[in-house]
Amino acid sequence: MSEQYTYAVARIRALEVSLFSNAVIDQLIACQDYGQCLQFLEERGWGDSETSGNAEAILTREEEKIWEVVRELSIDMDNFAVLSYPKLFHNLKAAIKEVCTSDSGRHIFYDDVEISGKEMVEIVEEKNFGKLPASMQHAAEEAYEALLHTRDGQLCDVIIDKAALDAVYAAGKAAKAPIIRDYAESTVAVADIKIAVRSQKTAKSMEFMKRAMAECSSISVDQLSKAALSGQDAIREYLTGTAYAEGAEALVDSPSAFERWCDNRIIQTISPQKYNAFTIGPVVAYVIARQNEIKTVRIILSGKLNDLPDDSIRERVREMYV
Amino acid sequence: MSIWSNLGLVYALLGAAVAVFLAGAGSAIGVGIAGQAAAGVVTEDPSKFAKVLIMQLLPGTQGIYGLLVGFITLSKVGLLGGGAAALDPQTGLLILAACMPIGIVGLISGKYQGMTSAASIGIVAKKPDQFGKAMLFPAMVETYAILALLISILAVNAVQI
Repeated sequence: MSEQYTYAVARIRALEVSLFSNAVIDQLIACQDYGQCLQFLEERGWGDSETSGNAEAILTREEEKIWEVVRELSIDMDNFAVLSYPKLFHNLKAAIKEVCTSDSGRHIFYDDVEISGKEMVEIVEEKNFGKLPASMQHAAEEAYEALLHTRDGQLCDVIIDKAALDAVYAAGKAAKAPIIRDYAESTVAVADIKIAVRSQKTAKSMEFMKRAMAECSSISVDQLSKAALSGQDAIREYLTGTAYAEGAEALVDSPSAFERWCDNRIIQTISPQKYNAFTIGPVVAYVIARQNEIKTVRIILSGKLNDLPDDSIRERVREMYV
Repeated sequence: MSIWSNLGLVYALLGAAVAVFLAGAGSAIGVGIAGQAAAGVVTEDPSKFAKVLIMQLLPGTQGIYGLLVGFITLSKVGLLGGGAAALDPQTGLLILAACMPIGIVGLISGKYQGMTSAASIGIVAKKPDQFGKAMLFPAMVETYAILALLISILAVNAVQI
């Protein structure tokens, strides 16, 4: 019954009050320096007593807070698989590289996922891939063997990233909530477009692109790959005939404008959830909005740290959910 | 006293029960839904307790309307005064029919008023200064419960015993 999310949605509505609006982001950009930005964030409750003055720790703590709220809502975490899979597959990728290169001790894992870095390393070391979720098993084995025998890190990345996209798409298809389906579709399509653009710039082969791209209903992998072989204009031309026509225009401007458009499109996809009172949609939208907020703050902090002009930072900043 | 010889009274009591049970159930569902939303808001912002409590109570009126019609019915058939009237089955059925509007409308409107209250609690959570406007949306649903109450009271009183 739809009412099962009534408590969760009302709680999310109360939490949405503290999300950063575009005006707050402007205030953050207007801060004079990096230190003032950190102070601004801390005054708004970002981080905790242990993260004071440490930007990375503050952002990590904020990411943790998102999942703490979600866990408190007692919602089945399968609903958030489309959001957690990229981190889970990242852990797999990092574990395979750590095991194959014997380069350990670096903080390269996400801990707020189903299988932590330590567990993932143990699974890869023991080659016990059966312990992984079904969508990861084959890719894990293939990527491990590929890296072990060819030492080709990019091939390992491609295998796991493709499996991650396939898993996100499958989780989206299996979801009942339209927002999760739309998010999965957008995520996979945008990832395919990014792969096509980068492959075109680095002159990758058709075979490489088809191996890297994941199938989805709004983008034809075959046509996009052919367009990428023909050049950037062909990619733009192909995208003009799809739901991602505005992305083609952003591609003309710059790669960062395109990345920004990709994130803004996701925010536009979830925006209708602001008016939904009973389904899981607003909860998923809140998680995406918080992640987008953290990403935007990270971009601003990075810009401030490198003394970029405010205008340069502003053109990289994402649209906010509220 | 056999049930079959007092079938009219049984029908009349059934009418009172329908009014109280169905309208009460509607209110219980509605207050429950709004209560979940209210609890969600108070978890994050306890200062909004008073406002969301009022919102939660809005769907509670259907139960009171059902109770009122139940009392009027019991009073009408003389059960509250100590001496039950001798009702023929036809009169009993008329009283049962008269109690139906508040029972059915109370059940449906209670549930939907609760859902509207929950949605309006979302408004209060984000914009507490819009409390007055937020309260109007669930109040609109109340209109139909009041209409049903009016018809049930008029109909019960109109039945000649």
